[in-house]
Amino acid sequence: MAMLTVKNLGISFGGLRAVDSFNITIEKGELYGLIGPNGAGKTTAFNLLTGVYKPDTGTVTLDGKNITGLSTIEINKAGIARTFQNIRLFKGLTVLDNVKIGLHNDYKYSTLAGILRLPSYFKTERQMSEKAMDILKVFDLDKEAHLLSANLPYGKQRKLEIARALATNPKLLLLDEPAAGMNPSETEELMKTITLIREKYGVTILLIEHDMKLVAGICEKIFVLNFGTELANGLPGEVLNNPEVIKAYLGE
Amino acid sequence: MKKWNTINKSTRNNIITIGVIVVIYAVCQLMIAAGAMSNLMQGLLVPLCYYSILAISLNLTVGILGELSLGHAGFMCVGAFAGAFFSKSTQNGIGSSFVGFLIALLLGAIAAALFGALIGVVVLRLRGDYLAIVTLAFGEIIKNVINVLYIGLDGKGFHFSMKDSEALNLEENGTIIINGAKGITGTPKHTTFTIAALLLIAAYLIISNLIHSRSGRAIQAIRDNRIAAESVGIDITGFKLLAFTLSAAMAGVAGVLYSHNISTLVATPKNFGYNMSIMILVFVVLGGIGNIRGSIIAAVILTLLPEYLRFLQDYRMLIYAIVLIVIMIFNWNPTCIAWRKNHSLRDILHSLTGKNKKEA
Repeated sequence: MAMLTVKNLGISFGGLRAVDSFNITIEKGELYGLIGPNGAGKTTAFNLLTGVYKPDTGTVTLDGKNITGLSTIEINKAGIARTFQNIRLFKGLTVLDNVKIGLHNDYKYSTLAGILRLPSYFKTERQMSEKAMDILKVFDLDKEAHLLSANLPYGKQRKLEIARALATNPKLLLLDEPAAGMNPSETEELMKTITLIREKYGVTILLIEHDMKLVAGICEKIFVLNFGTELANGLPGEVLNNPEVIKAYLGE
Repeated sequence: MKKWNTINKSTRNNIITIGVIVVIYAVCQLMIAAGAMSNLMQGLLVPLCYYSILAISLNLTVGILGELSLGHAGFMCVGAFAGAFFSKSTQNGIGSSFVGFLIALLLGAIAAALFGALIGVVVLRLRGDYLAIVTLAFGEIIKNVINVLYIGLDGKGFHFSMKDSEALNLEENGTIIINGAKGITGTPKHTTFTIAALLLIAAYLIISNLIHSRSGRAIQAIRDNRIAAESVGIDITGFKLLAFTLSAAMAGVAGVLYSHNISTLVATPKNFGYNMSIMILVFVVLGGIGNIRGSIIAAVILTLLPEYLRFLQDYRMLIYAIVLIVIMIFNWNPTCIAWRKNHSLRDILHSLTGKNKKEA
């Protein structure tokens, strides 16, 4: 059954059609790559899927539920979590607290219980800490749990962002250039982590990436976007050897 | 000592801070009992408490939520008048002054929270510095409205006017409760140092516990990165409103303490004006934005300082300004920060007890 079905999605900014008739179907558990030259509309597509922008046309269906036009918050609750191209961590908080914020909607106690330190506060906080540490262990960040997130090295900040997104218990995880700015060994490690979280959490992933080694290495299917529309879509072998795709990336 | 280290850090900090407040409170009481404290100083004890409450409550908005508010004195004003209004109009009705005062405190908090929520609902949806502008205006408006507000009480109930006290048409035995620019006279002096200190501890605990709870984390997440907070499903407007309303409510409580510590309550630019809001903001900035304990320390130092500089007469505020600058440099200059680290109280204590600091 399809986890995400996007039909005819589009948005214009003034006279610019940033994304036009965007159609994609992602099966449950699949790892899909979204590639395309700079300015092709990849991040705009992510922003449409997560409700940052409201689409002019088209529908988005997540796991059988129509989520078109919902707010970012509602879409996250429906089961889409994302990371950002430019890292957006909660820099004044610890690594552990960053992940705990991801758990915000799954582990609840009232504000009053927190202020009065009622038993539910201690119980839920303990559960949250355990769950958050479990997630951090997967990303090999458990030793840094009590560091301020701003003090993490760049590669680990990227990983923490994925960990935080994963903490919201999503059905679909959107990764916006997870390997950007990473050196080859960090990218290698990231590929292993992505594979691991797929196995462990069974999450469906759609990722934007420019690193072709990563895309070719782990993506099961690839969608190529150019000038806001589909250029190619299919298995990596076919797509990456498609002359149109090579032309769009490298020029003639 | 081992057990001490197993308590989580926020609880440990709470215990230390409250311990210090209690010790200072006890020392003050002993000094008063021994007659070793000047009248001037005794008169400052309650103001120290309500200024501290104002400072930590504003820090919730500025430091934890990350929104600038320039009208904190306005919320204090609302609380002060709501509390005093209640106390004055029920002066003969309620037997126990203590219960009456508790209700006044509660009413002050609720009234200020209502105004906070009202402003918050409209303004906190917007991005940018709108809150600063609107709260600045609110602070001035509320002060001016109260200056033309006349409320009287007689056998028929409350009378209300915004013209003058004649327009109230009170019966002969009626009393004017709020008399325009003359304010409320004869508020019962219920505020004691003990109650004020207890409320300061309560305010500190509320904010400190909030920061280390689920809601507090959400509030800080919004401060650090609104877009990311939204992407993990945090209700931005709701938590902003929660923090801002709570901050206003505490300012209201400080207002009630203020109004029950003086005999005549009037709204002047001096006590509830723009300068007052800025002074509270200075406490927060100097104590460290987001640092609750620092806010209390700054409020205490900066309240005592002008009093102890009185002998300088006209040069008083000049020296006050210089001291502000020096404290700011001491707080933020890298050389000073390094010096403080090398000469911290903890290290000195450890060297006295002959322990290596690594062992701790």
